[in-house]
Amino acid sequence: MATFSSTITLKDPKLAHGGSGIRPPAVDGGGGGGDDNGYSDYGARLRRARLGTIIALVAVVMVFVALTSAYVVRRGLPVMDERSGSYVRDWMEVNLPTALLLVNTLVLLVSSVTAEFARRQITRRVALVPVESIPGVSIGQERNFPWLPLTALLGLGFLFGQWAAWRELQDRGFALATSASSSFVYLLTATHGVHLAGGVLAMLYAAITSLTRKPVEARRIVVDVTVWYWHFMALLWLYIFALLEFAR
Amino acid sequence: MGLAILVLIWLITFFSTYFFAAKTWWLPRGVSTSAPWIDHQFALTFVLMGIVFVVAQVSLGYLVWKYRARPSSGPVRYSHGNTTLEILWTALTAILFIGLNLMGSNVWAHERFEPAKAGSVPVEVTGMQFAWYFRYPGADGKFGQTDPKLIDPSSGNEAAIGLNTSDPAAKDDIVAGTMFLPVNREVDLTLRAVDVIHSFFVPSFRFKQDAVPGLAIRMHFTPTEVGDYEIACAELCGLGHYKMHGMVKVVSQEDFDRWLAQREADKQ
Amino acid sequence: MATTASIHAHAAPQGFIRKYIFSLDHKVIGLQYYFLALTAVFVGMFLSLLMRIHLIWPQVSLPLVGEIKPETYLSLLTMHGTIMVFFVLTTAPQGGFGNYFLPIQVGAPDMAFPVLNMLSFWTTFIAFVTIIAAFFVTGGAPLHGWTGYAPLSALPNSGPGEQLGADLWVASIALFCIASLMGALNFITTTLDLRAKGMTLMRMPLTCWSWFITAILGLLAFGVLLSAGILLLLDRNLGTSFYVPLVVVNGQVMGHKGGSPLLWQHLFWFFGHPEVYIAILPGMGVTSQVISTFSRKPIFGYKAMAYALMAIGLLGFMVWGHHMFMSGMSPYSAFAFSIMTMAIGVPSAIKTFNWLGTLWGGRIRLQTPMLFAIGFVSLFVSGGLSGPFLAQPVLDIPLHDTYFVVGHFHLIMGVAAIFGIFAATYYWFPKMFGRMMNERLGQIHFFITLAGTYAIFMPMHYLGLAGQTRRYSQFTEVAYQTKLIPLQTFMTYAAFVTIGVQLVFLFNLFWSMFKGPKASDNPWEATTLEWTTATPPPHDNFGGRTPVVYHGPYEYGVPGAARDYIMQTDPATVPSH
Repeated sequence: MATFSSTITLKDPKLAHGGSGIRPPAVDGGGGGGDDNGYSDYGARLRRARLGTIIALVAVVMVFVALTSAYVVRRGLPVMDERSGSYVRDWMEVNLPTALLLVNTLVLLVSSVTAEFARRQITRRVALVPVESIPGVSIGQERNFPWLPLTALLGLGFLFGQWAAWRELQDRGFALATSASSSFVYLLTATHGVHLAGGVLAMLYAAITSLTRKPVEARRIVVDVTVWYWHFMALLWLYIFALLEFAR
Repeated sequence: MGLAILVLIWLITFFSTYFFAAKTWWLPRGVSTSAPWIDHQFALTFVLMGIVFVVAQVSLGYLVWKYRARPSSGPVRYSHGNTTLEILWTALTAILFIGLNLMGSNVWAHERFEPAKAGSVPVEVTGMQFAWYFRYPGADGKFGQTDPKLIDPSSGNEAAIGLNTSDPAAKDDIVAGTMFLPVNREVDLTLRAVDVIHSFFVPSFRFKQDAVPGLAIRMHFTPTEVGDYEIACAELCGLGHYKMHGMVKVVSQEDFDRWLAQREADKQ
Repeated sequence: MATTASIHAHAAPQGFIRKYIFSLDHKVIGLQYYFLALTAVFVGMFLSLLMRIHLIWPQVSLPLVGEIKPETYLSLLTMHGTIMVFFVLTTAPQGGFGNYFLPIQVGAPDMAFPVLNMLSFWTTFIAFVTIIAAFFVTGGAPLHGWTGYAPLSALPNSGPGEQLGADLWVASIALFCIASLMGALNFITTTLDLRAKGMTLMRMPLTCWSWFITAILGLLAFGVLLSAGILLLLDRNLGTSFYVPLVVVNGQVMGHKGGSPLLWQHLFWFFGHPEVYIAILPGMGVTSQVISTFSRKPIFGYKAMAYALMAIGLLGFMVWGHHMFMSGMSPYSAFAFSIMTMAIGVPSAIKTFNWLGTLWGGRIRLQTPMLFAIGFVSLFVSGGLSGPFLAQPVLDIPLHDTYFVVGHFHLIMGVAAIFGIFAATYYWFPKMFGRMMNERLGQIHFFITLAGTYAIFMPMHYLGLAGQTRRYSQFTEVAYQTKLIPLQTFMTYAAFVTIGVQLVFLFNLFWSMFKGPKASDNPWEATTLEWTTATPPPHDNFGGRTPVVYHGPYEYGVPGAARDYIMQTDPATVPSH
C-alpha cells in the first residue's frame, strides 16, 4: 500500500538494499549499519537491548547521584539551634549491623557470579542452535544446571537479609525518622532493594520462559541484559555500603 | 501577508519599547545606598538589551516582507552559512553578555560578601503565616533566646516569636509589628522564619531576601530617606500570601531613639 | 526490563484495542500523546482564565466553579503551572511529535522498544488522571505552586489542599518522571541505533537533533526530580526531616528537625532548569525545519545549529542556582551560576542569527506553519532578552518573584514553545491525517494569538518593574500594588480574546481532519524522510522498504537542480559546501 512519493527518483528501490547500481552513501550508515536497519536481526536486537540497558542504568545512576549529594550535603550541614539562633552539628552516626550487611554483600556477590554462569550458559546454547538443527546431530544433555533460578533465589536471600538488617536497626533504636542519618540508611537501602527486586522479577521471567517454547535467542537477550543489570546492582550495593560505612 | 507580519511585529516592537522607555511603569524611587548602583546597572542592561530587541524584531519583520515569495522573485541564495559570520556574532554576544555580568558583580559583592559594619542597627525579622515581626535587642545589644514551644501567634509581638522571657538577655528585647529604622544608618538584618519560607521585599530599598526556616540569614542595607515604605512577601507562603504586608518607617535618629525608649517604657 | 519482549518486529495489529488503545505503533502513540496534551492544554488554559477573572473581579461567583477564594486561586495557579509544564510543554513536542516523527525522519520502522513506548504513554496518562483527581479530594488541589517549595509543600497543615491533594500532586509528578525516563530511553536508543543507511548524525534533520538532546536532558534530569519527590513523600507521610527543620505552624510545634528547605530547591531546580530546555528545544528544532523549508533555502549554519543545541543542553545543567539568588544560598556561588547563565545567551543568540540568516535572500512562502515559526522567533527574542536581567544577581534583587519573571518565562518557555507546537501541528497535519488544514483560519489564529500573547505578557514586565509580586490572589492589600490594577484588567481582556481564538484552532483541527482537502504525500515540497512515504504512513513507515539517505536535510534551491529541492533519498549530487 505504501509507495514512495512521486518526488523520489530512485529507479528501483530494491537497489537500495544491495548497493549495486547506485553509488552507496558517502559515509557509513548510522548506528544501524548493515544491509538493512537490522530491525529483526538477532545480533542487532541484542546490541540494541544492551544499549537500552546502559541508557537505563544512566537514569538509575542519576537517582543515586541525587540521593548521594543530598546525603553528603545533609551530613556536613550545621543546623540552627532555634533557641540561640546559632548553628550546631546534629549528625548522629548510625550503628550499622555491619556483620549482617557483610553477609548480605557476600550473598549478592555470589549471586553475581551465578548470574554470569547463567549468561554464559545461554550464550553457549545459542551458539549451538545451528548445530542442533542438523538432523541426526545431538549435543547430548547439555549441562543444564539452573543457574538462573539459583541467582533469583540468592537475590531474594539478599533482600531478606536487608530486611533483617532493617529489623536489627530498629532494635538498635534507629527508626526511619529517628535522625537524618538513619533516614538516609533506610532510603538508600530501600531504593537499591527496589531496583534489585526488578532484577529478580526479570530473572524469574527469563526462568519461566525457558519452560515455554520461546526461542532461545529471545530468552538469551532477556538473560543477557538482566545479568548486566544484576552486575551493576552488585556494584551499586558495594558503593552504597561503602558510603554508609565510611561516611557515617 | 508579508506586509501584515511586518506591520504587526513592528507595532509590537514599538509599543513594547515605548512603555519601557517612557517609564510609564517603573521601579519606585530608590531610597537606599545600593539603589543608585542597581538602577545604573539596570539602565545599562536595559539600553543594551533594548537595542538588540529592536534590531532583531525590526529585521525579522523586514526580512519576512522583503524576501516573501513573489512570481518575480529570483533564485534563492544557495548557502549553508558563513563561518566567519558565525564566529563574529558568537564572539560579540559572548563579550556583551559576560561583560555585562562582570560589570554588575561588584555591586553584588558589596551587598552580600561583607558583613554589616560596626555601629549598625541590629534588627531581627521573623516571618510567619501571615505576618512580619521585628525584634530589637534593647540596651544590652543582645538578642535573647526564643523557644519554639512558646510561640503563640494569636498573642502577637513577643509571644508570637516565642521570646523566652526567663532569659536575662530577652528582658529588654522589643518586638514590633512595624519596622522602625533610623535614616542613614546601616541596618544589620537577621532573617528568620518559623513555619514556611517567606521573602522580605522592600522595592524602594531595592532589597529582597528569603526568610527560611532553619536558617538565620544575615544581610545589611542603609535607608537614605525618611518616609514610610511597604514590605511585601515575595515567596509563596500559603493562602494569606497576598496580605502578608508590612511597613517600614524610616525616621530620624532622634525619633528612632524616642520610639525605642517608649517601647521599653511600655513593657515595664 | 520490559525491553526484550518488545524487540520483535511486530506485525500490523488487528482489532480496535490493539490498534488504537494499547498500540505499539509509535505513530498511534504519538497521536495519543498529542491528544492528551491537547486535553491538558485546554484544562490549563481554562484554569488561567479563572485566575485572570478572579484577579479583576474577586467577588464574582462563576457557574460550575463557584466563588474563588484566595486558596482556590493558589490551587488554580499550582495546577495551571504543573499541568502546562509537564502535560503540555513536555508531552506535546517530545511525546507527541517526537514519537511520531523521530523514527520516520531517521528512517526506522518504529521506536527501538515499542512496548516500553506504550507503557510510557499509559504511565503519563495515569499521571494526568492522578493530578486531575487532586481537584476532587477533600481539601482540594495543593496551593504550593508548581515549584512546590518545602516546607510549604511538606507540611499537611500548612494550608488547604496540602493534605491528600498534595500527595496526589507528588505522586503524579513521580509517575510522570518514570514515564519520561522510559520515553527518553527509547528516543536515545532509536536515534543512536535505528538510523537508516546513510543517515549520519550530521545528516539528521534539526528536529531529530532537538528530540535527541531533549531526551538526554530528560534522562539526566527526571531521575533527580523523582528522588526529590520520594524524599518529599517521606517527609509528608513518614515523619522524616529531609526538607523540614524544626517549624511551628500556627502555634503547633511539628515533629521535624534539622532538614534543609534549600535541599528541595537545589534538587528541584537541578531538574527544573533543564526542564525549561526540554520544553523549548523541540520548538527550536521545528522552527529550524519550517523556516528552511518555507524559505526554500538551506538552514544557515546547520552545524552551528546542532552544536548550539548541545551547548544549550550542557549549560542547562550548570545554571540551576540562578533560581535561588534570593534563597539564602551562598552569595559566592551566585557568581558562577550567573556567568553560566549569561553564557547560555550565546548559543541562543547563534540560533536567532541563523534563523534570520536563513530568511535572508530566501523565497519565503508565508503559509501557516511558517507564520508560527516566525512568531516563535519573535517570542524567543522577546522572552530571551529579559533573561540577562534576571541572570544578574543584582538585578534579580528587585525582579525575583515579581511579574517580570512570570512574563519572561511565559514568553520563552510557555508561548514560544506553544508556537513551536502550533507550527508543528500545521506543518505535519497533512502527513498525520492526510488532509490540509484551512489556511484562512490558520492566519486568523496566528495574527490574533501573536498580538494577544504580547498584550498579555509584555505588561507583566512593566508590573514586575513596579514591584508587583507574583502569586498574589489580590492586589488590594499592598497600596503600591493597588495602583497597578488597571494594567491587570487590560491583561485579562487580552486573555479573553487570545483564549477565544484558540477555539478557532480547535475547530480548524477537527474540521480539517474530516473535511479538509486531501493532502499529497509532500504538500510543502520538503526534503526529509517523512515526506518520501505515503500519507498517512503505513504501519512500518516505509511500506517494507528501507530508505537510503544521500545527503543532508535542507537541500533547497540547489543551483542547476531540476526543482528547487532535493530530497534526502534522492541520489542526485549537490555541490559540496
